[in-house]
Amino acid sequence: MDAGFDFSVIWRNITYFFIGRFPHGALGGIALTLYLAVIACVLSFFGGLILGMLNISHNRVVKYVSLAVVNIIRGMPLLMVIFWMYFLLPAFMGKTVSESWTVIMALTLFTSAYMSQIVKAGIDSIPRGQTEAGLSSGLYPWQVMVYIVLPQGLRNMIPSFVNQFVSMIKDTSLAFIVGVSELTHVATQINNRTIIYPTEIFFFIAVIYFIICYAFTSLSRWLERRLAWRR
Amino acid sequence: MSKPIQGFFGYARIEPGELSMITFTEVNKWFKELHVLKDINLHVNQGEVVVVCGPSGSGKSTLIRTINKLEPINSGTLIVDGMDLSDKKADINRLRAEIGMVFQQFNLYPHLSVLKNITLAPIKIRKLSKKDAESDAMALLERVGLTEKRGAYPTQLSGGQQQRVAIARALAMKPRIMLFDEPTSALDPEMIGEVLYVMKDLAQSGMTMMVVTHEMGFASEVSDRVIFMDEGEILEEAHPKDFFKNPKHERAQQFLKEVLSPMH
Repeated sequence: MDAGFDFSVIWRNITYFFIGRFPHGALGGIALTLYLAVIACVLSFFGGLILGMLNISHNRVVKYVSLAVVNIIRGMPLLMVIFWMYFLLPAFMGKTVSESWTVIMALTLFTSAYMSQIVKAGIDSIPRGQTEAGLSSGLYPWQVMVYIVLPQGLRNMIPSFVNQFVSMIKDTSLAFIVGVSELTHVATQINNRTIIYPTEIFFFIAVIYFIICYAFTSLSRWLERRLAWRR
Repeated sequence: MSKPIQGFFGYARIEPGELSMITFTEVNKWFKELHVLKDINLHVNQGEVVVVCGPSGSGKSTLIRTINKLEPINSGTLIVDGMDLSDKKADINRLRAEIGMVFQQFNLYPHLSVLKNITLAPIKIRKLSKKDAESDAMALLERVGLTEKRGAYPTQLSGGQQQRVAIARALAMKPRIMLFDEPTSALDPEMIGEVLYVMKDLAQSGMTMMVVTHEMGFASEVSDRVIFMDEGEILEEAHPKDFFKNPKHERAQQFLKEVLSPMH
């Protein structure tokens, strides 16, 4: 048996790795992974923000219902959430939902639950005096939140957000379970077809995941520096 | 009432008049089991400067924080600028816009420049244009001697400068009442004077002020009345001359002795 590695399998399938069957078929591979990640990232940013604010609502019903939602989701494996979405979403919507959107919704719901706790902690980290100063000048509570507390809190939240998003980028790989042809799924297909290059293929996608996550971390570190106000 | 003279802050100078600004009637407040305000009766007229003093934990900060409802009261009535604070339907935001507050820890917004700190509420609440709000803010900064700091961020300023900006920020809403919650307690000694100077000029311009402070010099020189509190009660209410020369209550005598000569 040949002990050497043959990475030519990667080059022979490079477009399939990057864009799947596109443009002759559905988008796949790395492009689809990024597509899932970016959309779920944006949606769960707002989802987390909304859930986090509901968590600290003065209305007890709103507060405890939203806390229950957060705790239920955090108590479930992501794979479970994806299955739930896969079977329940069509029933709720009354029509079929594409696998990609099923996964996006599952990732959004799952990540929002975690993000909400970051938002909550970020808001709590702003001294009470900031809110009091805003309120005493006649600003409405929502204005105090939007103009005073959140701008300061969000900066404190950036590192935790980045952690959450990086782990979400990696979680997109679970989409293969419902047949979404993102990077991991494409790799499995190629591996099944070529049979003898699993090491090369899975080493390659590991490197790709690392590059995506590292690029994202670097970008956010740059953003953090840009946003840092003089301390 | 004497003839109005243009005051330092551009307000018409008004002698303490009969127009009632703050009225506490049998006000009580509890923090859980702790009875922090006990049957408070107090009346402050327009243009009056009232200093509230007393040992720590006596309820003096809580007292002035009830005036803009940062602390709600549990019983009694509290009428501020004609508005009954015990009325659930009272538009508390409208009232707060008329009451400036200055805090011990300054509480400037660290993510905003000095100018933006001052113009935020006037733009959002008074609906001033950015240009008008900024020219008002510059005038106030000139009064407190900090025009060159307009673009600075709060953390680039000394404590005394921050507190003067905080006073300018409160005044930008053109309030009818100013509340000061230990405004000099967090300052280094050499910066206390610059803040008291600004407060003194404000007092002389006819602003209605309630000041929680341990600065007995300010109390005796500037205030119209001194209130001494201990354990949630108002124990003494007197003209500063009488209070300092001849405090009636034993605990007030003890307190003055400790504040005026800590080493005895």
